[in-house]
Formats: sequence, C-alpha cells, structure tokens
Amino acid sequence: MSAFDALLLARLQFAFTIAFHIVLPAFSIGLASYLMVLQLLWLCTGRQVYIDLFRYWLKPFATVFAMGVVSGLVMSYEFGLNWGRFSDKTGPVIGPLMGYEVLTAFFLESGFLGVMLFGMGRVGRGLHFAATCLVAVGTLTSAFWILAANSWMQTPQGTSLTPDGRFVPADWAAIIFNPSFFYRLPHMVLASYLSVACLVGAVGAWHLRRAPADGHARTMFSMAMWMTALVAPLQIAVGDLHGLNSLRYQPAKIAAAEGHYQTRAGAPLVLFGVPDDARERTDYAVEIPRLGSLVLTHAWNGTVPGLRQWPPADRPPALPVFVAFRIMVGLGLLMAALGLAGLVMRRGGRLYRSRALRNAAILMAPAGFVALLAGWVVTEVGRQPWTVYGLLRTADSVSPVGAPGVGASLAAFVLVYALVFGTGLSFVFRLLRRPVQPAAASPQE
Amino acid sequence: MDLDLPLIWAGLIAFAVLAYVVLDGFDLGVGILFAAERGDAARDVMVNTVAPVWDGNETWLVLGGGGLFATFPLAYSVVLPALYPVIIAMLLALVFRGVAFEFRFRAESRAGREAWDLAILAGSTLAAFCQGLALGGMVQGIKVADRQYAGGWWDWLTGFSLLCGCAVVIGYALLGACWLVWRTEGGLQRRCRRYAGTLGAATLGLIVVVSLWTPMLNPAFAARWFGWPGILLASPVPLLLVVLARLFWRGLARRRDRAPFLCALGWFVLGYAGLGISLYPLIVPPSITIRQAAAPDESLLFLLVGAVVLLPVVLAYTGYAYWVFRGKVRAGEHYH
Repeated sequence: MSAFDALLLARLQFAFTIAFHIVLPAFSIGLASYLMVLQLLWLCTGRQVYIDLFRYWLKPFATVFAMGVVSGLVMSYEFGLNWGRFSDKTGPVIGPLMGYEVLTAFFLESGFLGVMLFGMGRVGRGLHFAATCLVAVGTLTSAFWILAANSWMQTPQGTSLTPDGRFVPADWAAIIFNPSFFYRLPHMVLASYLSVACLVGAVGAWHLRRAPADGHARTMFSMAMWMTALVAPLQIAVGDLHGLNSLRYQPAKIAAAEGHYQTRAGAPLVLFGVPDDARERTDYAVEIPRLGSLVLTHAWNGTVPGLRQWPPADRPPALPVFVAFRIMVGLGLLMAALGLAGLVMRRGGRLYRSRALRNAAILMAPAGFVALLAGWVVTEVGRQPWTVYGLLRTADSVSPVGAPGVGASLAAFVLVYALVFGTGLSFVFRLLRRPVQPAAASPQE
Repeated sequence: MDLDLPLIWAGLIAFAVLAYVVLDGFDLGVGILFAAERGDAARDVMVNTVAPVWDGNETWLVLGGGGLFATFPLAYSVVLPALYPVIIAMLLALVFRGVAFEFRFRAESRAGREAWDLAILAGSTLAAFCQGLALGGMVQGIKVADRQYAGGWWDWLTGFSLLCGCAVVIGYALLGACWLVWRTEGGLQRRCRRYAGTLGAATLGLIVVVSLWTPMLNPAFAARWFGWPGILLASPVPLLLVVLARLFWRGLARRRDRAPFLCALGWFVLGYAGLGISLYPLIVPPSITIRQAAAPDESLLFLLVGAVVLLPVVLAYTGYAYWVFRGKVRAGEHYH
C-alpha cells in the first residue's frame, strides 16, 4: 500500500510541475515568433509602431522566459529523482533526444537571449534581429526534440529490449520520426501560437476599450485577430488528424476521450456525460447518433473502440480524459469562432469599434493556454497505465523513494511554485495593463 | 576504429559539470555576496554584471543532468534518489535565485524588492550549499543494490558532506568576488578585493581539509594518491595549487582586474582534477564504474556526433555573448 502511495504522489508531483512548466515554454514559443515578426516588420517598413510593440512584449517575454528556464531545470532532474527505474531503462533512448535539445536549443536560446533583451544599443540592428531569430528558432527546436521524446513514449518503435527490460536504440530515424510525432509536433506548435494570439488579442482589446483610437492597440489587436482566424481552423484540422493517428496507435485513449465502453459500429458522439469506470458505462449521456463514427473514422458505419476491449489493468481512467477532451475541443471551436468574427467585423471597419468583439477577445485571453493544458491531460492521462506505451508500466517506472519524502517535496513544490509563479504572473499582468509607450516617451532601456 | 565511448563521455560530462561549476559558480557567488553588499546601487551593479549571462551559465547544469541521463542512465537513476532532498532543495533554491534576477526589477514596493533580493541571497547560498552536500554525499559513497539506490533518506548527511557544502559556498563566494573585481570599479571593486583576500584564504584552507579527508573515505582513493604510479599524476596538483595561490595574492596586491579571477578558476579546475584522480574509474563510488553505468554504444555514438559538432559552436557563441557585454559595468546603466 505504501508503494502505491509513493507512486501516486510521484505522479501528482510530475503532473503538477509539468502542468506549471508547459504553459511557460508554450508562451515563449509563441511570443518569440511574434517578436521576430514584429522586428522584421519594423526593419522592412520602418514604422515605429512595430518596434514599440516589440519593446512592449519583450518585458513579459523576459519574465516568462526566466520562469520557464527554472521550471524546466526542475523537469530535467525529476526523471531521475522520482522516476529512477524509468530513467535507467529508457535513458539510452530518451536521454540523447534531451541531450540534443540542450545542445541545439537551450544553449542557443540562453546564449542569444542576453543579446536580445539587453543588446539593442550594443550591437547593430541586423545582429540584434539575428539574435531574436535564433531565440525563436531555439524555442521551436526545443519543441522538436521534447515532442520527439514524448511521441516515442506514446508510440515507441526503433528499439529492442534487453532481457531485464532496458531499451536499446536500433534505428534513430525510426525513434525520432515515430508514428505520432508528425501530428503531435504541429499540434503543440500551433497550440502555442494560438495561445499567444488569444493573449495578444485580449491585451489589444483591453487597451482599445479605454482608447479606441490607440494605434498600438489597434495593430496588436488586428495582428492577433488575423492569427486567430488563420491558426484556429488549421489547428482543428491538425487535431482531427492527430485523433485519427491516436485511434490507430492508442485506441484505448480515444475510447476514454469519447466515453465509450462498448466497441461498436456506427457509434454515437457523446456530447456530455459522466463516464463511470466501475460500472463501465457513461451516465447522463447526451448523444448524437452515428456522429462518433463519422468524426473518428470518417465513415457512418466505422467501428469505434470501447474500453471493455482491454482488461481493466490496461485501461486509462475515462473521466479526466473525457472531460479534458471536451474542454479542449470546446475552446478550440470558440477560438475558431472568435477568428471568424474578427474576419466578419473587418468588413465595414467594425473591427476596432465592436464592443462585443472586444469583450469576447478579452474573455478568451486564457483560452489557448487552458485548451493546451486540457490537451495535455488528454494525451498523458489517456496513455496510462503506461509510461512507454504497451512496454513499460507507470508502476514499474518509479524510484525507490518513500511516500513521506515524495509528499514533502510535493508540498514544497506547491508552495514555492504558487509563490514564485503567482508573483511572476502578477508582474506580467501589471506590465500588460500599461498601454504601449511610443519610443520617445519610454524610459531609457 | 574503436572509440572508447564510455570514457569519452565521462570526459565530456566531467567537462560540462566543470563548466557549470565555474560559470554558475561566479554568478551564485555574486548572489552570496549580497550578504555583505546591502546598498541598492551596489546590488544593481552586481546583478547587471550577470544578468545577460546567468541563464546560459545554468544551461550547463541542464547539459550535465541531461547528458548523464543519456550516457550514464544507471548513475543518473541511482544518484538522484540517493540525494533526493538535497537535489530538491537545490532546484527550489535555483528557482528562487533565477526568477529573482528578473523580479527584483519588477517589484514596485520597497518591501517587494527587498524580498527578492533576499531570494537572491538565500537562493544562491542554499543552491551552493546543496551542490557541496551532493558532491560530498556522492564522493563518500552511495549504497546500491539491484540497479537501484538501496540506502536511507539521510545517508548523505555526514560531517564530510557538510564540510563540502561549506567549502562550495565559500569557494563560489570567492569566484563571485573575483568576478566583481574584474567587472566593476570604484568602491565596490575595492571592497570585493578585500572580500577576495579573506575568501581566498578560507577557500584554500578548505581545499586542504577536504583533500586530506577524501583519501580516508575509501582505501582506493588513498592508494591512488599515495601509491605508485598514482602519485606521479597526483603530485603536480598540490604544487600547482601553491603556484596559483602565489599568483592570486600578487594579482590582488597589484590591483590586477583579471588575474585573481583566473587564479580562482584555476583552483577549481585543480580541485576538480584531484577529485577525478580519486574517483576514476568509478562514477558512483564505491561500486559503479564508468563502464557499468554507460548506455549502449548506439546511444553514446548518436549523441557524440552532435556533441562534437555542436559543443565548439556553443562555446563560440557563448564567448561572443560574453564579449558583447564586456567591460566595466557602471552604476546607473540599466538593462531593465
């Protein structure tokens, strides 16, 4: 029983630390690319508004980046701290991918971040722009490697197993470009872009409320609305493909996300309900006949798996996956609607005047980040009870550290993260509440 | 061609950890020196000397951890559970220290700023102390059975590890003081020269005590230092230490900017080399060797290709980043 407690606490600790962490690199990925675009537009057009916006967003970027660095450092040691047996067995496969992440991404980001943040007066415009680009490329490269590692754990291939259960790499191309990688990577990058687009749009809308003629807020808002209109539908399409990929390689995850216990052809789409693992049924279900099969298999009579297909010990818990999936999809549809509304309002010049659109954009500020976290719950809880899908169980991955120790460290993480990231978030809000200052009026950098 | 991949990787990991120790060593040291420097103006300058580089410095710790995970997974998965509370404390301390560099400029109230300054001081000191504890806890030996840590919760806590903890705090403070002698001017520089003299003497004393204690922990260490032919390799280390000590105090006396920093770095390199002489071929004393802990050659070779190509590039642009921010940091120069 005590071993089980330690396992549960270790899982909670990992979930807690990574849930905090994942939002920060997503913010950095999206914002670094946005900063790069702003600086490029400034260099090309020479318009002051772009460099003002660049300076404005650089400060929250620096604050969030610092939080991402320190919470990421925690992650890189947590595999060994809480998941020692997992590390011993999978280190030869996942370790080199993370090693490449450090060598190709982390050094690049941290090496040029200083120049990007503080170097404007010290190096030329071209070099400074190059530093911004390298930081942006670094954030994307980092996503490439960490999603290769995560995808390999979800859809492992290219390795053999030693008799005592350790993974030996055989084909690195197969390991990196595993079956779910090409779906997971764009899905995550687009999620980062969409999250930042919603945030930038909300900040623009916030300032437009007070000063509808503010050129800086207008540019910010307009760019974000374009981005939302383009990326949200694309993200839905990529998400659909990702779902089909999961159906093929991790059907139990899809069964949990859909709330299906029974495998059947022509399955309904369960809009709402409460999956009950003990009684193997979804209570209070609101269903649309056959639509589940159509969405998942793109055929009216397609067969959709149910959780009863697997022995209970091999099933993920359905309720969190089911609920998180609905949050993610619901917010995805709302973001697409916001993007569409922006496009419609643009006709006739109502984009900056519509109060409804402004308020909707403000309400949607955290939508991308919440959807991203929900999606992470779907993919990580949905692949339980495995760390390496079908090959290594979560219960066989944990370190021999007792429950009191893991519990104490979990409590320490909760306290410290709440304090540190709560404060960081309040600083970011305070920065974003201020309107953008034109360069002449802004204090010396 | 037969490459001894585990040995090459042991060397590379050792290099990454050394790079971390000397680079983050000086910026943690700057934080530790907040204990002596309480004025706002001095603290602004101190933080500004490390603001553009601390993040890159800390990345070497990620490379050390990630690299160990990749190339010596057995060592990674045994050492971290053995040192569990120490490593957790170090990580949380680094969380505080890292964000505080950014937050101290964002705080709008006097109390807020003082709180984040305290986070820099306490975070830097605790992180350094934990790194020393971890070093001592590892050198004195870790109990392993069936490829897992087999000891207790408090095994790492001994007189030796506490001594190592203090030594690292003092040693990092020395690096920080020497860095500030190099990068600042005026009153702050003069005071740091004074700190460096005191901290230098303390560091040297602690290096001697740790060096005398280490061979007593494990007969294999003693045989290496005092037996033949180990003594041939080992004897230059204390000699060079004495030479560098002489250069260090001459540099301080003649008010050189850079010499004290370089000599202090030299001490760390020598101490590190001495440690390597004691431990080789063990990676987790007393029982796991480099070869036993190594990942399969397929993993080592795959990552080695990247490391050989990318590490020189990383070193080059890291050097460039330092060069961009070269020269004295003056009061009133605000990066934020």
